[in-house]
Amino acid sequence: MKKTKTSLAARRAFLRKLGRAATITGAVVGAGTAGVMQQAAAKSESPSASFPTPEYDWTHHRWGYGVDATKCIGCLRCVEACKRENNVAGDAHHFRTWVERYVYLEGEERPHIDSHHDPVNIEASGSEKEYRFANRYKGKKVEKAFFVPKLCNHCAHPACVQVCPTGATYKTADGVVLIDHKYCIGCQYCVQACPYGARFFNEEHGHSDKCTWCYHRITKGLQPACVEVCPVGARVFGDLKDTNSPISLFIRNNRVQVLRPETGNAPNVYYVGIDKEVA
Amino acid sequence: MDALFHAAPYTGYVYPNETVIPWTVLIAVYPYLTGLVAGAFTVSSMYHVFGMERFKPVARFALLTSLCFMLFVPLPLLLHLGHPERALNPVLTPHWTSAMAAFGYFASFYVLLLILEAWFAFRPDIVEQAQKRQGLAGWIYRILTLGSYDVSEHAMRHDHKWLFALAAIGIPSAHGLHGYVGFIFGSLKSREWWSSDLMPVVFLFSAVISGVALLIVLYVVSCRLRKIAVDLACLKGMAYTLWGFAMFTIVLEGLEFASLVYKGREGIEVILEYVTGPLVIPFFVIQFAIGAVTPILVLSYLIWRGTTGRALIAGVTVSACLVLLSVWMMRWNVVIGGQEIAKTGKGLLTYHMLIFHREGLATALALTVAPLGVLFAMVRFLPPWADRVAPASQAH
Repeated sequence: MKKTKTSLAARRAFLRKLGRAATITGAVVGAGTAGVMQQAAAKSESPSASFPTPEYDWTHHRWGYGVDATKCIGCLRCVEACKRENNVAGDAHHFRTWVERYVYLEGEERPHIDSHHDPVNIEASGSEKEYRFANRYKGKKVEKAFFVPKLCNHCAHPACVQVCPTGATYKTADGVVLIDHKYCIGCQYCVQACPYGARFFNEEHGHSDKCTWCYHRITKGLQPACVEVCPVGARVFGDLKDTNSPISLFIRNNRVQVLRPETGNAPNVYYVGIDKEVA
Repeated sequence: MDALFHAAPYTGYVYPNETVIPWTVLIAVYPYLTGLVAGAFTVSSMYHVFGMERFKPVARFALLTSLCFMLFVPLPLLLHLGHPERALNPVLTPHWTSAMAAFGYFASFYVLLLILEAWFAFRPDIVEQAQKRQGLAGWIYRILTLGSYDVSEHAMRHDHKWLFALAAIGIPSAHGLHGYVGFIFGSLKSREWWSSDLMPVVFLFSAVISGVALLIVLYVVSCRLRKIAVDLACLKGMAYTLWGFAMFTIVLEGLEFASLVYKGREGIEVILEYVTGPLVIPFFVIQFAIGAVTPILVLSYLIWRGTTGRALIAGVTVSACLVLLSVWMMRWNVVIGGQEIAKTGKGLLTYHMLIFHREGLATALALTVAPLGVLFAMVRFLPPWADRVAPASQAH
């Protein structure tokens, strides 16, 4: 009996020690993590210290983007510019921005929709790297047709940011959704969560990818590449905090709408001239 | 060299970025494994917590099964990650709004719990072997005793309390872990096929039946291998469990599907085109007719007729195999099916599974079979059987 007691006592003591060790380890890890968190928080408070453009203060801006679909001619210069500017894979399956074509043929209720990834368009242009819409409706009676440029909506309540398990994707103070490519684990939960199909997986580097509104350009006072290159002014960009910026004027002077408002994501790309089939 | 990505063929209109399907067969394997873990644990707990004696022959075996499968749960995820070396990032800096953020903690907690529970459950055997064996095996057993050789009645009572507590905590943990997997899918509003409040519950119930079915098959096979008679009372107990939970599961799945169709939100036309087209065989025929309705009918017949002996063993085992197939198809139809329906609500994609690829069929099969290999070894190292002599009991 005595032996039993001793042994039990020894076991209890062992468990107690184990518990204490776990508590200490937990405290150390906790303190370490807290330190990292504080550092991360401090970073997000004062971005200029670690920013590539030190004079840029993100608390002074709130970026917004407009698309006037009535102006778009589907030339796809924007797609090409984006691919070049941001080093996006030159194939028909990875886009930071793309353009959709909606064509209503006479006597049909539903539109024919295609984009650059459509095999007919690729065949017509001869390469996935040549961005062109095929003249596939030649000889058909077209009732209504228009182009819709698409890109990341940099939502106010982004589902992609919500689901990211590491916080590698985040919302900046100036309203842009970015991805820390060095911290992303490549689980692609964000790719699943985006209702707009704006995200894709960069297989070469193993992380998620998407439009940044050319953050490296806008923080230097430049326009995003797609806006810069658009020959008809279908793409509008600017600072919502500046009441006379192109985007503020665009929103003020037009009746704008956003894509899929029912998701609750509150997108920040404002559209003019799209119809009910656009989602 | 593997191509960097594989574009999925599609019909209708899909977003360009959707043509590369993000989650592969491995992400279907992952909930399948966690489901088997939760289900096997349920059987173990029926004895350890609820004191159902008829489950005694498989209680410790169920615990080992659960542990072996749980050890492999992180693997499909790791193989899927673009940066597996960053896998600890969510644990080090969890982003709490993410439904995935706590997974590392949950899973680690549950693995620890399983190991602890297994230790308590097998302690008398470990002590016995540690005192008996020599050489490397003896050395391993002696380490596993953690210095505690006391197997007196008093110590056993103490162990039993721990075992009970751990098994009791294990029930919400195992089911929480699996319901959580269902939540990861059900909480996504971007995909109509996934976005359902019932998803975690459906995942849970299907988990229970898959784990029970796995145990039935493994138990019957193990009896064959050990050349002993199957404990029919135990088998019938598992058959009852399978039968009851299978009925619940099919009703829940039916309700989920019905509410999706009945609500008929945007994109329902494409969903209907999908279920009445490419999904007829995998969904209606394999998952429902063959995998769910057939075993329920077979089990109903066996129970109604009071079948016993070899016929009972054969009927229950076949039903269990069908349930395992059905639950696998459910995982496939949810994970892959959800991604084959385009987010545009205007198109369908086709996922092509590669065979020899990091995320291909061979890897998926290896990950499903590997836990069985480990279990085979584990059972030899820590024999979990309560029936050292061949029992000749009859079904109740």
